[in-house]
Amino acid sequence: MRRAPLLVALAPALLPGGAAGAQAPLAVPPLGARVTDLTGTLTAAEQGQLEQQLRAFEERKGTQIAVLMVASTGPEDIAQYSIRVVEAWKLGRKKVDDGVLVLVARDDHAVRIEVGYGLEGVVTDVLASRILDEAMKPLLRQGQYFAALQAGTGQLMKLIDGEPLPPPDKQWSRNPRGLWNSLPALFFVFLIGSSVLRAIFGRVGGAAVAGGGVGLIAWAISHIVFAGLGVGVLGFLLALALGLGGRGWSSGGGFGGGLGGGGFGGGGFGGGGFGGGGGFGGGGGGFGGGGASGRW
Amino acid sequence: MRAIALVVGLVALSALSGCGYNRIQGQDEAIKANWSEVLNQYQRRADLVPNLVATVKGFAAQEQAVLLGVTEARAKVGTIQATPELVNDAAAFKKFTAAQGELSSALKSLLAVTENYPQLKSDANFLALQSQLEGTENRITVARNRYIEAVREYNVTIRSFPSNLTAKMFSYSEKPNFAVENEAAIAKPPTVEFNPAPKPAGQ
Repeated sequence: MRRAPLLVALAPALLPGGAAGAQAPLAVPPLGARVTDLTGTLTAAEQGQLEQQLRAFEERKGTQIAVLMVASTGPEDIAQYSIRVVEAWKLGRKKVDDGVLVLVARDDHAVRIEVGYGLEGVVTDVLASRILDEAMKPLLRQGQYFAALQAGTGQLMKLIDGEPLPPPDKQWSRNPRGLWNSLPALFFVFLIGSSVLRAIFGRVGGAAVAGGGVGLIAWAISHIVFAGLGVGVLGFLLALALGLGGRGWSSGGGFGGGLGGGGFGGGGFGGGGFGGGGGFGGGGGGFGGGGASGRW
Repeated sequence: MRAIALVVGLVALSALSGCGYNRIQGQDEAIKANWSEVLNQYQRRADLVPNLVATVKGFAAQEQAVLLGVTEARAKVGTIQATPELVNDAAAFKKFTAAQGELSSALKSLLAVTENYPQLKSDANFLALQSQLEGTENRITVARNRYIEAVREYNVTIRSFPSNLTAKMFSYSEKPNFAVENEAAIAKPPTVEFNPAPKPAGQ
């Protein structure tokens, strides 16, 4: 009874020392926007302007460029911190790997351009280092962070514009493509799962559980409540039809009907629910440590 | 009845994948891929060296000892057959990483020495080579870290319970990782970092 508060009081003092040694590495901030300023150096208007430019570029070219400003990268070298950030953020499109991070550690007077695998050919280390030296560092030395970031990202965009990359995906086609690929497997699982569930819960109960499960999955993938509801109801009907078909699998009618009805994928996913809501997320691009760092 | 058979079948299937065979395959393959990337980046660095040496020679020919050190370390790295199979041979792996470590420290002393030659430091060719070398060193660090992580995962798999039996049955053994002693040897060269820096790098 009397010891418990003491332990609670000690716990915070003990934990950091035991867990991470003298100085814990700086945590990677969550990715919510293209421009993340943890130092409060940029005004909201400046952030908005930069964000707007980078978004326009992504819509035109497909390449994701993000800016991060921190006070200090702590015990780590800026390159070490930067690779951790991009490993967490996964900027750039999957397989194209066309992400770029511009990282400024204000109080360390350090800056880095981290280049994704797919852009290493166009934004070579030499060019990245020249952008730092010629476009960014002179402005950083004068404390003009916004101008430096604008110049740096501007140069990057100019370079990347010269590179033929796959055209940008429309927002909505990105995720359903993955869904379409997994559709046959999903259907197989649904067939087996619904028959098992019907055996356990009875015809209507099993169909309801199966439909609910499918609806939940659809909701989780699409983030749209209506899509989840629609798919769930269709799943329920399909499972019910399969059960009514009596002998199980060969109920071609119910099956075809369900499919033809456009249950999966129909209007729901196309609605632009994903990525449309102003949030920003990495596309799954890979990084291998390319780019350049510098100090000013 | 059919449902029960199905459930039994699914359970049997999951038990089969629970023995870890597939996991070992996947992680073994991941190690290979990561190792290839390490080799790739080391090769890239080795390819940069002759150019770098030639450029530095043009401005600082009197730094014979350092230049020779780099050339020799580079030659030594070149003699070791860097094959992907290296990861399965602990002794050869050690030799390889030691040679690369030597080249690392030789290059570090070379770059430290160049600080004394303002003309060299403003040469466009040298600047380009230097940023390429820095980028490559950084890629090596990243590739090594990923390799270390992949080997760690693999070694945990083949040593933890059900999968260790599978590993033994198919004779998968632990893979060597980058040793700490090598790290220490590479990290030692602060002895050359005392160079009288002409300007403290703009504060």
